[in-house]
Amino acid sequence: MNRTNPLVLGIETSCDETGIGIVRGTTLLSNTIASSMDEHARYGGVVPEVAARAHLEELVPAIRAATAEAGISLAEIDAVAVTCGPGLSGALMVGVGAAKALAISLGTPIYAVNHLVGHVGADLLRTDEDQTDAPLEYPTIALLVSGGHTSLLLVRDLVSDVELLGETIDDAAGEAFDKVARILGLPYPGGPQIDRAALEGDPAAIRFPRGLSQAKDMARHRYDFSFSGLKTSVARWVEQRQDAGDPVPVADVAASFRESVVDILLTKAVAACVDFEVPRLLLGGGVIANARLRQVAAERTDAAGIALRIPPLSLCTDNGAMIAALGAQLIMAGHEPSSLEFGADSTLPVSEIQV
Amino acid sequence: MLLAIDTSAGTSVAVVDLERGVLAELGTDDTMRHAEVVGRLIADCLAAAGIGVGDLSAVVGGMGPGPFTGLRVGIAAARVFALGAGTPFVPIVSHDAIAYGRYRAGHVGALVVVTDARRREVNWSAYSGADAVGLPIRIDAPGVAKPAVLQEPDWTHVGSPRFDAATVSAGDLGLVAELSRAHHRAFAVDEALYLRSPDVTMSSGRKRVS
Ligand SMILES: [Zn+2]
Repeated sequence: MNRTNPLVLGIETSCDETGIGIVRGTTLLSNTIASSMDEHARYGGVVPEVAARAHLEELVPAIRAATAEAGISLAEIDAVAVTCGPGLSGALMVGVGAAKALAISLGTPIYAVNHLVGHVGADLLRTDEDQTDAPLEYPTIALLVSGGHTSLLLVRDLVSDVELLGETIDDAAGEAFDKVARILGLPYPGGPQIDRAALEGDPAAIRFPRGLSQAKDMARHRYDFSFSGLKTSVARWVEQRQDAGDPVPVADVAASFRESVVDILLTKAVAACVDFEVPRLLLGGGVIANARLRQVAAERTDAAGIALRIPPLSLCTDNGAMIAALGAQLIMAGHEPSSLEFGADSTLPVSEIQV
Repeated sequence: MLLAIDTSAGTSVAVVDLERGVLAELGTDDTMRHAEVVGRLIADCLAAAGIGVGDLSAVVGGMGPGPFTGLRVGIAAARVFALGAGTPFVPIVSHDAIAYGRYRAGHVGALVVVTDARRREVNWSAYSGADAVGLPIRIDAPGVAKPAVLQEPDWTHVGSPRFDAATVSAGDLGLVAELSRAHHRAFAVDEALYLRSPDVTMSSGRKRVS
């Protein structure tokens, strides 16, 4: 196997995106994504069985598209990498079964990797044209925010030392956006809808709670998040207006809700940087597409003297390129392949970088 | 030579050849660990048959019917293996493998194949017999039903001999594919036979919190 600049195909099926990525070392050759999001829209959230069925149908076309875009043939692949967790187990299993079959059919090793660590690995990728960006430095704090997870990590080394500092104890931040969008009568997915509605709104109009930020919570949940109470509080506020026969100021509610989410995410992320004396913060996950989140992140990290890194948005949402990137890092660091017996682990801890 | 994979019940993998029959067949009845075992079974099966990927002329996938979570693993593996090996993918109805095995073992005439569909339901397929080359003639379904339906006097196939199967043999699945290829019969449609709509808990409007 080529361990200096390996050609790796990554398969990601942990949620509703069928992601196939191809990288050569840290160079991105293809990031092919087929999303079943439209199929979930009428249910207001990701339906696991719908997602898993879509993965089965999208896998082969996505692999074909990815190799075509990368300009390679499958026979050239040095290794296959696949997300084995965390995520929706039925969805993960499709990718795991496919990845094993692909690796055996090509005679390559297989690397079963952690989805969350993959989000961090996305930052290492460079395109052929743009190799300018300085490499990711360690240690770094990573804030990963999507519809499936909200996690704060301390990454001392991508391939050997990742620690979970905190995570959501109820809803993921992206889920909260979806649920509040529904409260406001906005369609799924909620993130972009709330962002749009908030444009005209006053973020200080309503003071919604910041979950797990009070002294009594900070002892046990210093780096954990909670968005369920926030969602309930928004619903209650809206209901009171409706009961009183008053119009609901959608823009103000959206802006104030978004401010609460963004504030608590960055307050805790910056606190982690300060507490651990790590002057670096990396963002990942689909919710990073939120303009206000990126703006506040820039302001707060700037004020605190923290270097902020945000991978391109196409690499922030779930994708196979980040899985391939992590696989390539493991190979280049000399790690041995996974054995063929691994399964899908919906609750794989972030400290298990490779299974 | 064909590689055949079926995960509609347990996990079964085989290498078959039209002339030489089943060269290797490995599997497990475990209905919960398809993703864990499928890779090792494929690798070991190829080794047991003493062949390489380049010796395969197609890869066969059992399309079900079967409980969806497991069924998908084998179809995904078979389709992607075919892509990696650069061979065609051949979809075959899993129940046809069961029926083929029964007819080859001497059964004659009508037959209803029944497998577990979970949630107190069964999958069934009805056959009228085997044709001249030994391929089962499927005349109805596959369908999904409450077990009691198959006992009702007005059910179409109520008098036919019934065979309840707990496993599907990838060897038989592969042989059905080989015979179908050799005799220019149609394969199954390349579609997983879930026979049920996805489970969704539809939102019945938003509930008040206060
Ligand atoms: Zn993710």
